[in-house]
Amino acid sequence: MSEIKPPVFADAAEFFAEALAIELEASERYELLADQMEVHNNRAIAAIFRKMSAIEAEHHKEIARLAAAAKLDGLRAKFSWTGADGPEATDLSEAHYLMTPRQALGLARHNEERAAAYFEAIAAEATDPTVRAFAATMASDERRHVVWVDQWIAKYEADDPNWDEDPDPAVITE
Amino acid sequence: MNDLSPAAVAFKPADYRSAVKPVWCPGCGDHSVLLATQRALAELQLPPEQVAVVSGIGCSSRLPAYLNTYGFHGVHGRALPVATGLKTARPDLTVLVASGDGDGFSIGGNHFLHACRRNVDLTYIVMDNRIYGMTKGQPSPTTEPDFDTAISPGGTGLSPFHPLVVALASGANFIARAFTGDVGGCTKMIVEAIKTPGFSFVHILSPCVTFRDDQQKAWKKLARGAMVEETDDPERAARRLMTDDGFNVGVLYRGKREPYRPRLTGGDPVEALEAEFAQ
Amino acid sequence: MTPSANRSLSIALTGSGGAGVMTAGQTLLDAAAKAGFFGLMTRSTGPQIRGGEAAALIRLADHPVQSPGDRFDILLAIDFENLQRFAAELPLDADSLIVADEAAGEPPEFLVKSGAQIARLPIAKLAKSIPGARASMIALGALAALIGLPESALIEAVAASIGRKKPEALEASEKAIRLGAERAPQASVPRLNPPLGSGAARWSITGNEATGYGAIRGGVRFVGGYPITPATEILEYMASALPQCGGVLLQAEDELASINMVIGASYGGSPSLTATAGPGLSLMIESLGLAVAAEVPLVVVDVMRSGPSTGIATKSEQSDLNIAVYGLHGDAPHVVTAPLSVLDCLKTAQWSTHLAESLQTPVIMLSDQSLGQARIVVDRPDAVEFPTRRLVPAGPIEGYQRYASTENGVSPMALPGQEGGQYTADGLTHNAKGVPSSQAQDHIGQLDKRQRKLDAFDFGDYWADVEGEGELAILTWGSSSEPAREAIEAATAFGIKVKRVALRLVSPPQPERLAAALEGVKRVLVLEQSHSGQFWRYLRAFYDLPAGAQSIARPGPLPIRPAEILEQIRKWGTA
Repeated sequence: MSEIKPPVFADAAEFFAEALAIELEASERYELLADQMEVHNNRAIAAIFRKMSAIEAEHHKEIARLAAAAKLDGLRAKFSWTGADGPEATDLSEAHYLMTPRQALGLARHNEERAAAYFEAIAAEATDPTVRAFAATMASDERRHVVWVDQWIAKYEADDPNWDEDPDPAVITE
Repeated sequence: MNDLSPAAVAFKPADYRSAVKPVWCPGCGDHSVLLATQRALAELQLPPEQVAVVSGIGCSSRLPAYLNTYGFHGVHGRALPVATGLKTARPDLTVLVASGDGDGFSIGGNHFLHACRRNVDLTYIVMDNRIYGMTKGQPSPTTEPDFDTAISPGGTGLSPFHPLVVALASGANFIARAFTGDVGGCTKMIVEAIKTPGFSFVHILSPCVTFRDDQQKAWKKLARGAMVEETDDPERAARRLMTDDGFNVGVLYRGKREPYRPRLTGGDPVEALEAEFAQ
Repeated sequence: MTPSANRSLSIALTGSGGAGVMTAGQTLLDAAAKAGFFGLMTRSTGPQIRGGEAAALIRLADHPVQSPGDRFDILLAIDFENLQRFAAELPLDADSLIVADEAAGEPPEFLVKSGAQIARLPIAKLAKSIPGARASMIALGALAALIGLPESALIEAVAASIGRKKPEALEASEKAIRLGAERAPQASVPRLNPPLGSGAARWSITGNEATGYGAIRGGVRFVGGYPITPATEILEYMASALPQCGGVLLQAEDELASINMVIGASYGGSPSLTATAGPGLSLMIESLGLAVAAEVPLVVVDVMRSGPSTGIATKSEQSDLNIAVYGLHGDAPHVVTAPLSVLDCLKTAQWSTHLAESLQTPVIMLSDQSLGQARIVVDRPDAVEFPTRRLVPAGPIEGYQRYASTENGVSPMALPGQEGGQYTADGLTHNAKGVPSSQAQDHIGQLDKRQRKLDAFDFGDYWADVEGEGELAILTWGSSSEPAREAIEAATAFGIKVKRVALRLVSPPQPERLAAALEGVKRVLVLEQSHSGQFWRYLRAFYDLPAGAQSIARPGPLPIRPAEILEQIRKWGTA
């Protein structure tokens, strides 16, 4: 996946709109993955993705609060549906019905890393001091998330090398 | 950029999804096609009740059940004729057709040729994973000749079908390819396909994580944006296809054919027809 | 409880998401076979292609069984994920034993309601205690201990399936099996005694495999096919078996192409076959008419599934009788057969090929999902011989008339390459030479010829299985035959004697033979798995049934069980 180049923002309002969209997309994406896992009877991973979805939804709320506090009211979360995936959206092709908690959380960690790098890049390039400040805040939030996901991962043992072994063949359903 | 505020946006992508949870394997490319379709419909702000999605039989053909639009899950290979009938009787609807490489190019192959010729305003999305997923792994017309399966030990030895070549030769008015590894790209192609009048064909490379796990990683490296502008010249499009390795994504061809519109000869009442029989 | 039931044990093994219950079920069946048992295994799954909830349903016995039982003695649940889906297929009662993983959580309501004893076993935990071990191996060990299956047979079966690929996995599996056996809950479960060894060789085979092998024995050397559930395994079997005996399989682009490829190969001289299911048969109908009119032999195996339309692809039903018998436009007599059991698929496929070749006409063999996808362990069957011969003109050919009117309606069929035998096969109405004709005498003459072919043919003893004596008879066909047989056996305990007439030849109808078979029968129960009673209506059209004949018809998707038939026997049998 190529590096996501951060756009140039006209003002803080535009930046916040983007940040909100990123968190919303991340949350919705985790929700989709949780559903998939539930349908495939992998409750443990479904629970992990639901938790991540809730976390991103919370982050979304937090950003909205920040924006309100900065008197950027009437903010509209913009999004480009024909653009590439945001930096925090999980790649759907990485899911597997037998995936392990470490792998699921690994995807989450990757998302947080990319998001952190993204906001850091914005902070570095921003000319508007408000944007720079908020981007830096976002970046450090994401960095904290990385640490926190690492702690979560550490609770799990190493993956079984045969984690994806399913003795049963695929099933004809139609 | 789309404005997500309630005032500006009546339909968000989530509004196009039904309550039925997809049964596709996690990792399947079709999940991305579903997401891209929702986004495309949101981009165009089409009311869900104005959209109909027609499909055949196969994993890809499960798509209509997962959308909050009108849908028709028909028999194997016959989605295009159903869609043709629907759009002709109801030109006011936006009609999408969802199929796979087996349903669309094997049993549906004949209908594909003729749908391109007819140029009815449809958007045909074929999710190509180069295998028959639902019946447990038989070769499809786009499967590589040396791919081993139980029903074709050692491979079929047959030349694969070239969907874009066939579409161009048969008169499709819009031809594009996308890869599910890029949801935004898929969305864009579907949007353009819907916007372009006439028969629009979007060939989507959609890896099968269960029967073709060789595809995912390989295709991510191979799929790339075609380094050329779209063309409205069929000859130029044909020349490009001669060097297409099957992994160029983007719009190949956007023609200017008028979409099929029934020629109505005018509003006489039914009783007026009687005159022909009068003695 | 039926006499058969006392001597059989039904086990359900369920789990989801990579638990490997299908493989484990297969291993259990293999182990039981090694220990001398006979068995039957069927499967049920959720709609997911991988990771879904699954149930392996196994019946073991000291004699060959080819029908599901009435209830399950044991349910071993590795987890309870979506088990509710299988509720209607898992009849359990107070005498049943449920063993479930401690970690599986609360059992679904239908298990609690059944009154069965629920015992717990820490399956996942025990599996984790052995590196590389699977929960399913712990489960199998426990099952083996509960039912009295020797561990050695189980270990041998596991070794046969995975040993070659991964010796380390084998070691772990062995340990897991022993641990599972050690920790099996204390519970009383009916014990099966293995049958006294007959020394006869045993087979493990599915109905679809038996169909394919039977056809090859019958002489089939060309298959044109298109994948469709639940027939695809026939095509996959043929794809590897045919080339070994000089034959070919082509995967067609659809069913229209399949049937026409078959017609072409047969026209060229090769006994040919295709296999499909209801939706595919519907597509082939026009071309079957062509084969009737042009007198081209072929076999179409329809592995019936729940209909109509796309229906339930993974469930069985006997509802394609109408289309098989009546589906062709025009008057197009042809043959319809139906295997009576999983093993009977072999003989019936071979017989169907013989009939097709002898009568130069299509034979539609109505198998179904309950036969095709079931696996049985039985004694190796004796080979049968049919004089499978296509009548081909011999010697120098002069004045050849492909469709000459003969006494028995069968006219010699020249094969391309035979000098003097050139003719054009045609779906157009034609004269005796095969030249298109709209003349009345040719149309009527050829219609008569094709009908006469079937009327004059002696179908022999295979037309039906006729067994037993009684004033009450069960008249049935295809896969309903085996549950009927067990029910009839059970009826003796109630002093009711029942005759069983199971048709293997569905069409052309055989009124005289049936009348003879029903001699002395006062009441007939017509049994079938169809919502509209297709077999009942077919019999009413072509046969005289004793007054008071009753239709016992219900659709899929649930399997027909002996107990429901026994209930009907008891209702009508004492009247």
